[in-house]
Amino acid sequence: MTSTVGAVTKRTTGSHGTAAPGLASGRRATGSAFTRVLGVACLALLGLQLALALFISPPEVLQGDAVRLFYLHVPLAIAGGYLGVGLLAVGSIGYLWKRTPFWDLLAASAGELALLFTALTLLTGALWGRPVWGTYWEWDPRLTLTAVLFLLLVGYRAMRTATIDPGLRARRSAVIGLLAAADVPLIRLSVDWWRGLHQTATLNPLNPDLDGMMLFTFFFSMVTFTAVFFWLLIHRFRLAWLDEQVAGASLQEAIAERRAEGDQGP
Amino acid sequence: MWRDALLVAGKDLRIEARSKVAVNQIAPFSLVVLLLFAFALDPDRGFLQQATPGLFWIAVLLSSLVVVQRSFALEAADAGRDALRLTGLDPAGVFLGKAAASFVVLALLEVGLGLGVRVMYGTALTGWPVLLVAALAATAGLAAAGTIYGALSAGLHVRETLLPLLFLPVVAPVMIGGTRAFAAALDGSPSEGWRWCGLLVTFAVAYLALGMLLFETLLEDS
Repeated sequence: MTSTVGAVTKRTTGSHGTAAPGLASGRRATGSAFTRVLGVACLALLGLQLALALFISPPEVLQGDAVRLFYLHVPLAIAGGYLGVGLLAVGSIGYLWKRTPFWDLLAASAGELALLFTALTLLTGALWGRPVWGTYWEWDPRLTLTAVLFLLLVGYRAMRTATIDPGLRARRSAVIGLLAAADVPLIRLSVDWWRGLHQTATLNPLNPDLDGMMLFTFFFSMVTFTAVFFWLLIHRFRLAWLDEQVAGASLQEAIAERRAEGDQGP
Repeated sequence: MWRDALLVAGKDLRIEARSKVAVNQIAPFSLVVLLLFAFALDPDRGFLQQATPGLFWIAVLLSSLVVVQRSFALEAADAGRDALRLTGLDPAGVFLGKAAASFVVLALLEVGLGLGVRVMYGTALTGWPVLLVAALAATAGLAAAGTIYGALSAGLHVRETLLPLLFLPVVAPVMIGGTRAFAAALDGSPSEGWRWCGLLVTFAVAYLALGMLLFETLLEDS
């Protein structure tokens, strides 16, 4: 999965690089020595993760092999929901305070990854729920919160594509990012109370006396997916940065061309 | 700030009183929504009475979208947005004023919708204190959040389609809180409803504060 994403990232930057000869000196790819090391580490971690989650860790007493989805679902939820949304909020506040593109692009990259991870959380949750709960969807507070969070992130992304004016986009996106993050505790409280009133049983897949190997696999998966998240984040951020430079460079180029035409004219 | 808010609210409400868009278009729209629910759910089996709290708040949410769109359409015509910035009014005051005007329009709509569910759905409206407090707090929250998101989508080519996507998920707590509070009041267990009123008040206070803080950034736009 990661190698495909990496290839796509590389190809996109490559085409931008050639499409913008006006882009002055500077980086034309999103890779660096650090990200290459991190990328290889991610691949190694994912390989070990597969072995641990699919073969080495034992099946659970009640759920059987379905428990293996746990090592994918929960780290995705935590990386998307906490890291992604947290960095989206940090980037948005940072932009409103400092007004520099760095914070705007950090929020944009984190918001996009949070959207991807939340979508995967919902998907793996549905696939896990089918064998374990007997249903794809359950109106459980956490599920409902994730669904609303997903829609908020879709809205954030929609705002980012709604205008091409970089200043306007940055200001309005920052406000939306901040408001979305501020809304999460209120939504959480409301869905907790809403379902808490007539909930039959708490569906907690995590047994308190969990097998040692399962616990180790779980913590290992947290490390793996956090590393993958940051690797993707660095590449996404650099891609966004290059995109901005290309947009700026092509504008300068177009202005220079028009000026040249004016000089040659009658 | 308060004087500026009163000026802006007065302006919006005067426009509303003279143009009568709220009376001629938005109020009938909310009644259409009530009618559609009756078509969707069998009116003979008591579904409408049981579902009244939820249906009422969905009707309010859909109407609030129209109210917010109207509130910012006023500023879009004749470069009202630029004029508003040139007046030098306090941005927090402008926010409070526009939110207050939307609040008044929405509150009046809710009275109409309340009469609508009483007459058309035959729902007995009991537990007045909870109903009143929940409606006021929820309406303040909707007006505050709606004004922020209205300003966020104003001036964009995609504003009509962007606003519902941004606004409706954010007001999920209002939808849940309003519905639960009303359900508690109509069931005759108002003590349960007060907890939800607390949530609604928290939402309204949070969005009023955020709006006052952030509206300056939103008025900066061209």
